[in-house]
Amino acid sequence: MNYAFDFGWLFDYWPVLVKGILITVELTLVGGILGVSLGIACAWARALGPRWLGAIVATYVELIRNTPFLIQLFFIFFGLPALGVRMGELEAANLAMVINLGAYGCEIIRAGIQATPRGQFEAGASLGMSRIQTFWYVVLVPALQRIWPALSSQIVIVMLGSAAVSQIAAEDLTFAANFIQSRSFRAFESYFVATLIYLALAIGLRQLLRGLGWTIFPRRAAR
Amino acid sequence: MSLIEITEVKKRFGDNEVLKGINIDVAPGEVIAIIGKSGSGKSTLLRCINGLETIDEGSISVAGAQLLPDELHLKALRLKVGMIFQGFNLFPHLTAGRNVMLSQTVVKKTPKAEAEVMAKKMLERVGLAHKFDAYPDQLSGGQQQRVAIARALAMQPIALLCDEITSALDPELVNEVLSVVKELASEGMTLLMVTHEMRFARDVCSRVVFMHQGRVHEIGPPEKVFANPATPELKQFLGVIH
Repeated sequence: MNYAFDFGWLFDYWPVLVKGILITVELTLVGGILGVSLGIACAWARALGPRWLGAIVATYVELIRNTPFLIQLFFIFFGLPALGVRMGELEAANLAMVINLGAYGCEIIRAGIQATPRGQFEAGASLGMSRIQTFWYVVLVPALQRIWPALSSQIVIVMLGSAAVSQIAAEDLTFAANFIQSRSFRAFESYFVATLIYLALAIGLRQLLRGLGWTIFPRRAAR
Repeated sequence: MSLIEITEVKKRFGDNEVLKGINIDVAPGEVIAIIGKSGSGKSTLLRCINGLETIDEGSISVAGAQLLPDELHLKALRLKVGMIFQGFNLFPHLTAGRNVMLSQTVVKKTPKAEAEVMAKKMLERVGLAHKFDAYPDQLSGGQQQRVAIARALAMQPIALLCDEITSALDPELVNEVLSVVKELASEGMTLLMVTHEMRFARDVCSRVVFMHQGRVHEIGPPEKVFANPATPELKQFLGVIH
């Protein structure tokens, strides 16, 4: 092996990397927050909502969970313009991530809702709360607490999966790595650095989610 | 005039008719114990009164609020009758104080400060003012049940339904809950309780309802029901219990 490692290019290309990191973080934040919100709404619809709505949501969930993320992304970015729906690569990337996490999040959160003891619903009802109020104030937080580790993992998966958006020229971290290696011809170094950054981002995100869990759920889950 | 009117109530689970025409009228301030074997329909009856179960025939009304299956009527009914459960059913993610405040702010739209004052008052009434900031998993079973009572009282119901509220408690914790109930009774609260505490039923209740196979088998003041059971079923039930 006589390959000479050279990380000197970092000095020239670091603004590209920083921009890539920022976009990956932005995609994760927006995808995470809106995706989990969508997941909560869908989980409510499937577990407790009217049957017709549950059926629509079930179709959406199965459609997303049984097709590749890359195809979903291409469909939104390249396919929808045929119907007159045009958007920039970042909007398309954000939308794809929200839709994707929404579907996976729905199933995870639904499991948490369905594990709620019946007595919680009955206590809410007997205090005069409507079904929606009982869901929002009584059921939701303990349900999220039950599945928080699984949901956290899914958010990290979606963050890592965001690498695919480089394929529609959204300038995320993977796009930056591709760009740098095509200019510097330093493939090993480019992807090595990208790998380390992704690793740091993923570990950081996990810690962030764990800390968030401690704040939202001050007590150990009951039952 | 009756406060709670239960008229010809029938309830089926599939082919199994668990309530076969129940008639009970409860006057304001009455304390009623519902006793009977498991499967006799006593819990189901209680759950029908605030609409946790639907009824198939007959009618139930509480202080003029009819039991009807839509959310608006159910809410009106449930604002008049509180319910306390065997398993406490406190909200685990909220402190005792927040448990008592929640339905006030959500259902009655009471301002937070006002709801907090009420919560403190109600917790004090059950002897737990000092546990305002404790979470349910930091409380004993007896304390949790007393918080549940405070939570129901904070909605200022006209009547309370108690569904075997001491059955899940360790024996030494039963009395702290019963003494709270006893105090409510002496203050004139209308109470319907499914219970296995026969001594309590005898000492505190104005009437005892003995249910058997989905019917009110015997009903009367505790002296009569306990001292002079008229039917062999009640004799046998009391014999088994003692």
